[in-house]
Order: sequence, then C-alpha cells, then structure tokens
Amino acid sequence: MEVTQVLLNAQSIDGSVRKHAEDSLKQFQEQDLPLFLISLSQELSNDEKPVESRKLAGLILKNALDAKEQHRKLELVQRWLSLDSTVKTQIKTCLLQTLSSLAPDARSTASQVIAKIAGIELPQKQWPELIVSLLSTIHQLPAHVKQATLETLGYLCEEVSPDVLDQDQVNKVLTAVVQGMNASEGNNDVRLAATRALYNALGFAQVNFSNDMERDYIMRVVCEATLSHEVKIRQAAFECLVSISSSYYEKLVPYIQDIFNITAKAVREDEEAVALQAIEFWSSICDEEIDILEEYGADFIGDSSIPCFYFIKQALPALVPMLLETLLKQEEDQDQDEGAWNIAMAGGTCLGLVARTVGDDIVPLVMPFIEENITKPDWRQREAATYAFGSILEGPSADKLTPIVNVALSFMLTALTNDPNNHVKDTTAWTLGRIFEFLHGSTMDAPIITPTNCQQIIRVLLQSMKDVPNVAEKACGALYFLAQGYEDVGPSSPLTPFVQEIVQSLLTVTHREDAGESRLRTAAYETLNEIVRCSTDETASMVLQLLPVIMMELHNTLEGQKLSSDEREKQGELQGLLCGCLQVIIQKLGSSEPTKYAFLQYADQIMGLFLRVFACRSATVHEEAMLAIGALAYATGSEFAKYMPEFYKYLEMGLQNFEEYQVCAVTVGVVGDICRALEDKILPYCDGIMSQLLKDLSSNQLHRSVKPPIFSCFGDIALAIGESFEKYLMYAMPMLQSAADLSAQTSGADDEMTEYTNTLRNGILEAYSGIFQGFKNSPKTQLLIPYAPHILHFLDSIYMERDMDDLVMKTAIGVLGDLADTLGSNAGSLIQKSVSSRDFLNECLSSEDHLIKESAEWAKLAISRAISTTEAVGLEVVTNSCIITNIFTNICISMELGSDFVTEEWIFKVLQMVGNLLQ
Amino acid sequence: MAPNELHRLYKRPPISDQQKRRELSLRRQEQSRRDAQLQARRLASTLFSLSSSQTLEETSEPDIDLVSEPQPDFQPENESVSSPSDLDLDVRQASKLRGSEARKWFARQLMLPEWMIDVPDRLSHDWLATRSYITTDSRQRNCQCHHFPRLCPACLTASGSCQSYSILDCIFHEMDQTYYVIDMICWRGYSLYDCTAEFRFFWLNSKLAETGACDPPSQYHRYRFSLVPIYTCDQSGLHSAYAGAVPYVKDGLLFYNKHAHYQPGNTPLALVWKDENCSQYVIDTDSKGQVPSQQQVVLELLHDGKLITSDDPPVVFGFLELEFTQKSGLHPGNLLRFSIGNGGLHTVDGKLEKADLHYFGKSNRARAFADSYSKIMFQYSVRHSPLRIDDLVASISSSDDEGNGPSDVEMAV
Repeated sequence: MEVTQVLLNAQSIDGSVRKHAEDSLKQFQEQDLPLFLISLSQELSNDEKPVESRKLAGLILKNALDAKEQHRKLELVQRWLSLDSTVKTQIKTCLLQTLSSLAPDARSTASQVIAKIAGIELPQKQWPELIVSLLSTIHQLPAHVKQATLETLGYLCEEVSPDVLDQDQVNKVLTAVVQGMNASEGNNDVRLAATRALYNALGFAQVNFSNDMERDYIMRVVCEATLSHEVKIRQAAFECLVSISSSYYEKLVPYIQDIFNITAKAVREDEEAVALQAIEFWSSICDEEIDILEEYGADFIGDSSIPCFYFIKQALPALVPMLLETLLKQEEDQDQDEGAWNIAMAGGTCLGLVARTVGDDIVPLVMPFIEENITKPDWRQREAATYAFGSILEGPSADKLTPIVNVALSFMLTALTNDPNNHVKDTTAWTLGRIFEFLHGSTMDAPIITPTNCQQIIRVLLQSMKDVPNVAEKACGALYFLAQGYEDVGPSSPLTPFVQEIVQSLLTVTHREDAGESRLRTAAYETLNEIVRCSTDETASMVLQLLPVIMMELHNTLEGQKLSSDEREKQGELQGLLCGCLQVIIQKLGSSEPTKYAFLQYADQIMGLFLRVFACRSATVHEEAMLAIGALAYATGSEFAKYMPEFYKYLEMGLQNFEEYQVCAVTVGVVGDICRALEDKILPYCDGIMSQLLKDLSSNQLHRSVKPPIFSCFGDIALAIGESFEKYLMYAMPMLQSAADLSAQTSGADDEMTEYTNTLRNGILEAYSGIFQGFKNSPKTQLLIPYAPHILHFLDSIYMERDMDDLVMKTAIGVLGDLADTLGSNAGSLIQKSVSSRDFLNECLSSEDHLIKESAEWAKLAISRAISTTEAVGLEVVTNSCIITNIFTNICISMELGSDFVTEEWIFKVLQMVGNLLQ
Repeated sequence: MAPNELHRLYKRPPISDQQKRRELSLRRQEQSRRDAQLQARRLASTLFSLSSSQTLEETSEPDIDLVSEPQPDFQPENESVSSPSDLDLDVRQASKLRGSEARKWFARQLMLPEWMIDVPDRLSHDWLATRSYITTDSRQRNCQCHHFPRLCPACLTASGSCQSYSILDCIFHEMDQTYYVIDMICWRGYSLYDCTAEFRFFWLNSKLAETGACDPPSQYHRYRFSLVPIYTCDQSGLHSAYAGAVPYVKDGLLFYNKHAHYQPGNTPLALVWKDENCSQYVIDTDSKGQVPSQQQVVLELLHDGKLITSDDPPVVFGFLELEFTQKSGLHPGNLLRFSIGNGGLHTVDGKLEKADLHYFGKSNRARAFADSYSKIMFQYSVRHSPLRIDDLVASISSSDDEGNGPSDVEMAV
C-alpha cells in the first residue's frame, strides 16, 4: 500500500477519492495495527515526503492514542500499552527523529504525538529516558531542533500530571525552559516555544517557587519576556503571569509593583492581544482576593488558607484610572456580536471584579469619570460612563450606592428611551438590570423602586422590549431582576397591577420575527419564568391562564413536518424553552392547594405533550421535559401512576444518556420524585430502574458527578417500596460498601476531591438512611444486620477524617439513628462498641447547625431506645467479628445472601464501579 | 499548549435561568427527600417502641387489640384497610388503621399532659397557656381517648394526594359535630415538633383560618373545625378560662409551658387541672358512671410481676406474685385495675414509698395505656387534699407582685 498517496487522497477535495482513501486507511488499521502505526510514524519522519501527508500521518497517529470520550480514551491507552515493545520503540524513534526535521509542521506534529505517548507511558513508569534524551544535548542543538524540543516539553507538561515527574526531572525541564526564555536567547521561535512551555510547566514548579532564588530568577525572566519585541512572546509571557497570579498568589509580594508597571504600560500601549492578558492579570488577582475574603467572611480559619495581601486595594488609585481609560475603546456593534471580546469589555469586567474586591472604596474613584462623561455628545463617552456605573454596582454597600442610584435612575430611564445610540441603550438597560439585581429587594432598607416610579420603570422597560433585539434582550433581563426583587414580598406584590401587561408583552416578544437574534426569545421566556416564580395569590389566576397558552405553543412546535436539520435544531431549542416555562408553572401552581386542583385538570394534556416532545428526541428538550415531569409527579402524587406505562421507556432512556450527563442526572432526580409520588406503586418498574442505575454506577462513560445522586436514589426507592427492596440489597449493598471504602481512601486530597468525596458520602449515607427506614418494622430487618458493622465503621472513618461538611455530618448522624431505630437491640451493642459513635453524637448534639442538631436528637432517641432494649432483653448480639474493610469481603457478604446471583461478571461490575467512581 | 483565551462573561449573569431551574428542582427534591425521611423517622418510630417496649420481651408479637369497634370518624372514604399486622406505617397508612390499633398509634404521637399535682414555679412567667378540656361522652372517662379523632386536612378536602399532610391535635365534640383544635403538630408537611408552644398556637391561629376549615361544613369537609380560645395566664385570663362561657362542655384547664416543644407522650411541660366548677368529672367514675368508693387505678404488668405506670421511665407502684399471675391467667403487658385501699399512698420527699393496692380485675380492653403517675396522684389528692383554684390564683398574684412587669404568659380556655 502506498501510504503517502492514500494520505494525500484522504485530503482530496473530491469526496469519492477522499472516501476511498479513508476506507483504505481504516482497513489497514484493522488488518495490522502495529504496521499501520509504524508506517504512519515513518511517513511523519521522512523528510522526502510532502508536508501534507506527513502532517496527516501524525494527526492519525495522535488520534490513535487519545480521544475525548473517557471510555474510548481508556481503550486507546490499553491498546497502546499492549503493543509489542519493539513496535513502540520503533515508533518513538521515528518521532524523536522528526524533531530535527526542517519542516516546522512535521516537528510540531511530532511534538504532540510524543507528548501523547508520554502521557500514557510516564505514569506507568515506562519511557523513563525520555526527558533525559530530550534535554541532554539541548545546548548544542540547532535553533529549530531546540524550538521543537521545548515545544515537546510544553505539550508534555500539559499531558502528564505533576506527580508523574520527580523533582530532578522537573528541575531539568524548568532549567531548559527558563534558559530558552532568557533575553540572551537570540532566536524568537525558541524563546516563544520556551515561554509557551513555561505556561504549562508552572504547575510543576511548586518546589521551585518556594525557593527565593529560583523564584526570583523565573519571575525576572518572565517579566523580561513581557518586554520582548515579538508580540507573541509578550502575549505568552503575560499568559504566564496570569497563571502565576492564581497558582502562586501568595508569592507575589516582592514583584507586584513591577508587575503593575508593566501591565499598565501594556494596557495603554500594547497590541490588544497583549493588553487583554495584562488586564486579565488583575482580574485574576481579584478572583483570588474575592475568594480569600469570602473565606475570611465565613470565618473559616483553616491552617492552609492563604492570607490576603490586598494587592487590589493598594493598587486602586492607579488601577482604576487605567481601567476607566479602556472603557472608551469600544468597538462599533460589539453588542450584536456574540463572540466579541475586546479591551473595553475586559476593562469593564475587571472594574466589576475590583468593585467586588474593595467595595465602597471604588465609588469615589469612579464617580468623577461617570459625571464627566455621561452627558457628552460622543456616544463612546456616554456608553463608557454608563458601563462604569453598571460595573461597580456589585460590591459596594447599599448605603453607599442607594443615594447615587436614586439620582441616576430617572436619567437612565430617559437614556433608555431617548438616547440615539443602540450601544448606549444596551448598556443602560443592562445597568438598570444590575441596579435591580443588587439594590432592589425585600432586604433593602431604602427601596429604589417606589410606588411613584414603579409604573414609569415598567412602562420604559416594556417599551424597550420593542427596540432592536440586543436592547430588548437587556430590557427583558432588567425586568427579570425587577420581578426577582419582589420574590418574597408577601401576598400582595407591587407588581400585581402590571403582571397581565408584562406577560402579554413578553409573549409578544417571543413571537418577534427577529427573536432569534441576541438570544432575545430565550431572555423573554426566562423573564416570563421569573414572573411566574414571583407571582402571588393575587396573580395566581393569570399564571393559570398562561398555562394553556404555553401548552398551545408547545403543541404548535410538534406540528411541523419534514424539518431541515437547522429547523430541527431551532424547534428543539424552542421546545426546551417552553418545557422550561411549563416546569416553572407546574412547580408554582403545584405548591399551593387551591391552584394545584385547578392545575391538575390539565395534567393529562401536559403529560401527553411531554411524551410527544420526547418522541422528537433532542437532548436539551429531553432535559427540560424531564425536569418538568419531575415537577408534575410532585404535583400529581400517586395519580402519576397512570402515566408510567407510557413514560417508563423515556425514563430508561434518560438514565442511559451517558454522554449528556446533565440529562442523566436530571432523570435520576426524577426517579426520586416519582418514588415519593407513587410510593409502593413504583414497584413494577423497580427492576428496570435499579438495573439501569447499577449500570450507570459501573459505567466509565458517565460523569462522576451523577454517581452520588444515584446512591441517594437507592434510598428514595427503598423508602418507597420498603422491604420489597430486599431483592436489590445484594446488588446495592456491595456497591455502597465499596464506594464507602473508596471515599475513606480519597480523603485528604485537594479541595475539589474533598468536595466530591463529601458529595459521595452524602449519597451513600442517604441510601443507607432510606434502606433502613424502608425496612423498619419489617420482619426482614435481620437481613440488614450483617451490614451494620461496616456502616458503623464507615461512620467512624468519616468522623475521624474530620473533613466532612455540615451536610454529611447531618446525614451521617441520621444514619446512626436509622440503624438503631430499625435494628433495635441488634444495633444497640454494636453502637456501644463502636469507636466514635458517642463522640460523634455528642459533637452533633452541640452543633449550632439546626439541621445537624435535629438529626442528632433523633439519633439520640433511637439509640437510647435501642440500647435500653438491648439491656432489657439481654440478647447476646453477634458482635462484629471482622470489620469489613475491603471490597472482596463485601462481595462475600452478598454471596452468603444469595450466591446464585453473584457471578464473576457481578464482581467485575463492582470493581468497575469503584474504578470509575473517581473519573 | 492552549493559549489562555479566557473570555469572561460580558453583560451576563453568572447563573443562567436554566441552571436556576435545575437548582430549584434539586432543592425541591432535597426538601422532599428530607420530609420523607423525617416523616419515616418521626411518625413510624413510635411504632417501633410499641413493639419493643419492655412489656414485650417475651412476646414476639405486639399485643394488638383486635376488638372490632365502630370506626372512628377520621377514616378517608376511599382507602382500603391495610393489614393490621403491618406495623410499617407512616401517617398516611396509619390513617387507615382502625380501632384500638389506631388509638395506640396516634396516642403515641401525641403530647399527653401530666396532671397538676403542685403549682409549678413561675406559673405566670414560663407557663404559657391554659385551656379547658372538653368531654365528648360521659362514659369515656379516660381523657386520652378524646384525643383520637385526629385528621389530615388533605384527606378531608378529598385531595388526590397526601403529599403534604397536616397533623392536628384536636378533640371531637359530638354535640356540635366540631373538631376543637388544641394543637398543631405538622402543617402541610412542615413539622412543628420543634417549635415552642407559643409559636405553635400562633401558627395554628393564623393558618387554620386560611384553609376554610373553620367554615361551615361542605361536601369536602364533613365537620367543622374550631379553635379553642387561648388566654394570657394572668389574673383575668385565668378567670376567663376558669369561668368563661364556651360552646362545649368544659372538663378542666390545660396549662402549657410556652417554651416547650411538642413532645409525644407524657410530659410535665403541659399540665391538666380541674375542680368541680370547671368539670363534671373531677373524680374518676367507673364503667357505670358512678364514683367508686375507693380510687381505682390501671397499671401495667411486667414479666417480673412489677406493676408500672405509663410514664417514661415508668414508676413502679407495686408487685404481683408470679403464682398469683399464673393462677389468674395474667400476662406481661396486661393492663390491670386496682383499687387503693385504706392504706392509701405514702410518699416521702415526693417519691412514692408504698401503695395499698387491691387487685380488681383486667381493665377495659379499649384502654391503650396504664394510668400515669401524675394522674393517680391527682386523683388521690382530689379525694384527700385537692389543689384549688385559689391556690393557682395565689400563685399568679404572688409572682405578679414579684415580676412587676406585664405578664407575658398566655392561657387558653
């Protein structure tokens, strides 16, 4: 087979030629994978071949090593690892050779492939000589090879995690990279490659950043690179600074003054790509300080928490004027362009973050700018002034802002009506929205919106909803926050007299020809949702009238026939919006008795519509319709049983949707809703649901965030069907136990992992809770006794780890009570013997969290009852001869309980579940 | 090496409405799960204690009385009767229970006042409410029985679903076909167990009227609900409670400690008191409605022969020889009736030392519990040295004098 020609044909503009070539490549790969890969690597390394075929060879090679989908990726990793080592060596040799090629594209492609292989092999302790072989001769290499080597290091750092390289290797990599970045490096390509490589390597430099000398050196080199003559190098160097600002915030004190000087210069003078990064540096510092100050506010005193150095507060007098200048550099029509991002937008965004960081202090620095510019004839000045005002509305206190807003409000309303410039109107409407979002609501001492101006505000906003799409969209947004502020206003809302007109105007907007632009239709429906959510008893009848209107809209989307794919997508989007709106209406009407009865007469029709929407099959609709069905089940209660025969298949489909994990997650939640609605009437569907949930747990394709809710769902099912859960125990319990063990092992990792671990624990505990309560007073409670020691051990481990959050604490102590409650005397002695139950209980009893205390008091009651019966009965409870701590013992338990069902496949499933839980 | 092409949100709120919808759904689901969990824990847990109380050590089956009785009024019309042996119940299932089983179940959920033997300290300060008691039927002498007609308004209004149920503590007054509501335990799924009496009464007053339950009966609710008036516990309040006119037959006064949470079972934080002026039934009558010459008490027999009250922990009043119990065919858990002989009750420092008990026979099968300690002591004192209304008034006026401030205590009739 002539590989070169096939590769060239595969890029032919002639479809049939291309198709033929692709087929041949596929065939080749299937017939002889090792030879296929070797051929590709040889093609890539061969300087005689055309660049196009070399590039494609490299690309196919890369795709043979990695995929986006997690499970496919794992397959490819396994496939590579199982190749014969001589094959792998041959391929690697070709790739390393290619780094010396004179063709830049070939070198660059080879760099990426090498990094992919490194990403697979280094964690397996294979290819240990890679780094050394790349770096040993770097000083003697010609510039183009040096550049390729540094690029390879950069990709490599992106592929592998920092713990894979030892410190010696890290030092070597950083030394090579920083030397490549140095001003003394004459070749710009080398310097750029080194700077980009540093960006990825920063995550490896923890130790080096703790060493003053090494850190000084790195920082000096980075700062110097920001002054390079080559714009790409300057941009890459600022990107490094941005990354350093979040990774090494606490190390920045000695450098911050210099960094301010160079960023200020870049913002004022440099090209936009560079200036954007310079602004981003300060936005990123704001992010850090907002986080730290939030932690201070939550009076969280962790030992490891980073102190705030108040960089923003100190830089404020210079930083704010610099940012205000950027606001005047708007682009024409930037509001019509979804993807636009320019220096004025970045500057205003940063100003907003600065306001959130420093609060009141920013106000006097910005007010003169606003006052000076807001009435100027040049639209840029008016817009910049308005944007500055809108940006600082979050952060400063209401006391500080309210007097200013009271003066500005009528000016804003006039501008929204009369300003000739769309851009100004857009920003004005947005600013009004921000005013309502942050300064209007029942918690405010001095209301911004009064009976005197309320009508005028609403009139202006409704008028603006007829303006061009981008302005109308912002007006909808402002109305959204206006309504939100009246959310908990009580039975009588100031909005009541206007609701009818608002609803009508919003519906009119949704029918505008141009409602597809600037996400106007979406905004209108979202505002409608908020109006519904904030409706009161006074306006309940209007919400009820809205219901058939939205149903009719949804019905109309189902009538279209033979749609193009573009039309189909639009239809799906619209159905999503309508289902979302119905969900909000159902939830609202279902929450009070009188409206619920009025609403229930539509239930059959609504459900019929949802079923038809499902039949259209579009993922976003699927999710919205599913959410709406959850609300419907909640409202209808046991009546929902009649929809189950038809609905069940979609429920199953939802649970099978691994790719769009949000859909799966939402469906899991709906299973819970249905359990509570149907109670034991859900039993006929439980086999199917449970088997799908178990499959989900074992899946490596499903996003890990869905797995804790699946455990909670076990609890919902158990609570609904009681002792009928018996037949699922042998499947669910080993899963729960293994997951529990896993969660004990993973604690102590980073914050993100701790958070996930806590979510996982909460799910597991909710499952136990539901199961125990479900079995209560059943003659079959003894089936749960064998699991009790492990659960108590799990609770001990949670208590000892001391990294649980309040929710886990509450659920955990509740489980202790449930266990005592259901097992009674059988649990009493186990609890008495457990390591920390007593301490755990006492700690929870003295908790200030109301929910924890409540659970603890319940647990105390149940335990004291269990213990007192233990004593009275004098039963010799079988004590836990072994604390079960590993997966295999867990499985043994299920074998004892029902050996018929425990197959190798099942054991494999449990192991798989554990393996995939953390991915 | 992805260059940092971070675009921050521009003129967009950080959370989309879709995300908000998801989160609100999640919150609703979490709340529902929590409610379901609490319901299972709180309401069914007492069943557990029924089946595993000390009396049942040797009987694996709880001693459920299956006497067929006229069905109570609160049954939902369209529900089928669940198996009485199925003890795994929540309130909705429990509402299907019949007869003494229902009586036992619901009685376990209720706060049962103790009898006032002494005037509590700070009666007018910490003690919140008194209210009168209603008797429905002169033959029913056990006040606890009058609590049983409880109901779930959601069932009453022919709701298809009891997703959010309410539990009221009320007394059915046959003469005007009205439920007099004396307390609220759960309102539309919102538990009031953890709320103080003061708050519960406030909530009861404001919420019940909203439902229209106090309106004249319609096809959705056969019976009217009515609130029992609550008075501040000062001189005039006590007077109104004691002497005021009410549309029902009074049977004593109830005092509530205003800080007390709702606590199922006997509690010293709610107290009942009566005298001849405010009750027809100060001294217990027997099954024929006659006042027996000697005070009668009902006690529970334990396997070791001890005779105990219904208190938690129980008070031991006496002891039966094993031989005697075997001969008389008595079993642990039986409720037995005794009369108090001339030897009376001897107490030392408020603790019972000796009781002169004479076995009378098994008690009426409709009884769910033995007498409480405070009831026995109250009845004993009524026959010997009753606590009089003057004692209560004196207690209030003396503490008013001390306090000087306006009384913050409430009281109901």
